[in-house]
Amino acid sequence: MKIVVLVKQVPDTWGDRTLTSSGVLDRQASESVIDEINERALEVALSYQDSNDAEIVALTMGPASATDVLRKCLAMGADSAVHVVDDALAGSDLGWTSAAIAAAISKAGYDLVIAGNESTDGRGGVIPAMVAEHLGVPHLTFLTSVEISPERISGERDTENGTVSVHAALPAVISVTERSAEPRFPSFKGIMRAKKKPLDVLTIADLDPDILSGMGRSVVLTATQRPARSAGTKVVDEGNAGNQLAEFLAAEHLI
Amino acid sequence: MGYPDVARMPGYEHADMDTVGELLQQCSDFMVNVVAPTNQPGDVEGAHRETDGSVVTPAPFSEAYRQYVEAGWNSVPFPEEFDGGGFPWSVGLAIQEMLGSSNMAFALCPLLTQGAIDALLHYGDDEQKRRYLPKMISGEWTGTMNLTEPQAGSDVGALTTRAVPQADGSYAITGQKIFITYGDHDLAEEIVHLVLARTPGAPAGTKGISCFIVPKFLVNEDGSLGKRNGVNCLSIEHKLGIHGSPTCVLAYEDATGYLIGEENQGMRIMFVMMNSARLSVGAQGLSIGERAYQGSLAYAQERRQGLAIGATGTDSAIIEFPDVRRLLMTQKAYLAALRRLMLFNAVQIDRSTHDPDESLRIRAGEIVGLLTPICKSFGTDLGVEISSLALQVYGGMGFIEETGAAQHYRDVRITPIYEGTNGIQAADLVGRKLGVRDGASVMEFISTMREIEAELASAGAEFDAIREELSRQFDVLERATGWMLRTGLSDPNAVLSGSTPYLRMWGLCAGGWLLARSALAGLATGDVELAESQLVLARFYAEQLLPQAAGLLGAATAGSRDLFALDAHQL
Repeated sequence: MKIVVLVKQVPDTWGDRTLTSSGVLDRQASESVIDEINERALEVALSYQDSNDAEIVALTMGPASATDVLRKCLAMGADSAVHVVDDALAGSDLGWTSAAIAAAISKAGYDLVIAGNESTDGRGGVIPAMVAEHLGVPHLTFLTSVEISPERISGERDTENGTVSVHAALPAVISVTERSAEPRFPSFKGIMRAKKKPLDVLTIADLDPDILSGMGRSVVLTATQRPARSAGTKVVDEGNAGNQLAEFLAAEHLI
Repeated sequence: MGYPDVARMPGYEHADMDTVGELLQQCSDFMVNVVAPTNQPGDVEGAHRETDGSVVTPAPFSEAYRQYVEAGWNSVPFPEEFDGGGFPWSVGLAIQEMLGSSNMAFALCPLLTQGAIDALLHYGDDEQKRRYLPKMISGEWTGTMNLTEPQAGSDVGALTTRAVPQADGSYAITGQKIFITYGDHDLAEEIVHLVLARTPGAPAGTKGISCFIVPKFLVNEDGSLGKRNGVNCLSIEHKLGIHGSPTCVLAYEDATGYLIGEENQGMRIMFVMMNSARLSVGAQGLSIGERAYQGSLAYAQERRQGLAIGATGTDSAIIEFPDVRRLLMTQKAYLAALRRLMLFNAVQIDRSTHDPDESLRIRAGEIVGLLTPICKSFGTDLGVEISSLALQVYGGMGFIEETGAAQHYRDVRITPIYEGTNGIQAADLVGRKLGVRDGASVMEFISTMREIEAELASAGAEFDAIREELSRQFDVLERATGWMLRTGLSDPNAVLSGSTPYLRMWGLCAGGWLLARSALAGLATGDVELAESQLVLARFYAEQLLPQAAGLLGAATAGSRDLFALDAHQL
């Protein structure tokens, strides 16, 4: 069983997240960390590996600094890592990102791909689905629990109305939610072992020079700060507060 | 010598700066998320003794300890031969600082294990090492140090616990030990007690003390645990702080013990582990001071009250007031000095064991001997002072338990007392360490520190104030040291009378020296922001904290006259 776990380096969730004047993430503005949801995705794979035969590959696309998150994955227990890094990919949108990641997954080989349901920075929430589409394999989304077997993947997804049990044949792509697993901490020995594990660095040319050709992409032209909050409207009840409230909501197109 | 030089020494090649950086980063993540949350609940719940005599630690401790062992953080600085990580002691100390900040009551369990490991590494026979060390190094088994008895505290030579030789080569140990940290607990299945006791006919005093391994459960040939040994916890103490750490009264009744080394060698074994344990306790002052500081800093940034000079609006964060700034800067500068002092000492330990040049190993060992009592006393005295300053930042809320400031203040208060009181440390400094090579060793170290004056002089005008003040204080330290060396032989009581203020002069000067070195190193990096912050710390310390040292000269060299002028009833 070969499991590829998708990971992403993001600005610290608790730090300041700012954009540069050209609308791209300012990576200097805060500390960069592994997206917490990816640690959970990796834990799903690791806990399977704890009692089964499995090879785990951590895969990321990002700037050179993203090596740090792969190192953490290796320290936690992943067997190898793949880093897709190419200047041409800087500021990629979801379309380009999913195409590049899918190409890297194909190159690595896989039975199962595990991703977080959405990143804390971009919050697109569709990369796993787009990757599955590129790969042409089934996709189970937003799993809160996962059961892996050599032939089949199954799990549960919580919805507003209840719980849905889903399953698919392998190979497949799944995405997991923050309820899926509590990630382990890298151990001292794990960190030391990680230094000897393979970490492949790939460019677009290494994958498939044609993957992005002819593919459109969105480009951020300008970025505008969210307007500052202004004082709210205060409704004072002088016998007609109900009407005032209804008028306010109607004016804001809320009713 | 900087860390990269440590990593270049033979045996430490795997511990390069990048690896160590990553290790400490991951370790801090672990400490913050797993150990630190146990601190306040551990204090509130405390350890307790069940009616059956077993001792239970606060609820969150077991799981945190299990994870600590599993993650392998206990093993980092111990020899690879016994499944340790083979990392430098300086890296181990940095981990200890974080563990102590996270929860000192919890950290004491690994610390006592470390002391026992040290003793076994140096004096255990091959069989004892093979049997006990791997599991103690992993943390699966813990260790204790059994020195104190009701009538034998600072005077360990007064102990009366008996060890009677048995036909099989073991000894039957009988006696009562008090103040045994983690003497019994539920964090590990086995506890390896190291016990000081007297064999029949042993000489009186410290010359007649032997050291024994007394496992809580006897260990079978295959390494599994056998029958319960004759050691029991009679009670645990109710203390000012470190409530999560069980402080036990242990009764030994014909307990099976195994001699370490030879009979009457116990004090020598004790001294082996003392250097590292005393440095570790000094680092506890730093640990708790750091956490107390971080709490007070966050509070000062949040808490709004009154309007600072020049501020607009309705109120200011209290960090904008000069006196609160002083509370914070004083903490920050002392902490920076302490961290450098502790790590400098640890680097000297690494050098004393790993430098390929024998003369440098010996010299490093001398420096460790000199600095250890200073690290222990200055570190823990400042730990108390810093925790008090931190509490002050909170105002009335600092006196209320919920902020956590009060716990730090209570927890840190033991550190100037245990592992040799700070008074004992000062006596060690003036009584044993100053006399090394008839005073040449200590004078050489002062000369080494003074080399920085020339470096500061050529570093630029902004270093002048630091250089001038350091120079003034080194002069005073030299005068006090000269007085100590001259007076020591003829009037030991006079030297002991001034030992505590003299030790503080040392701590202040060595701290100022290391901060000045950091300021120069900051400049050399070319990183403007880093250089500026190091310069400010060194200058604030030199101008506003270091001058105390000269003020202590009178007390250090006054002799004993007025301490004894009033008789015991008049005091």
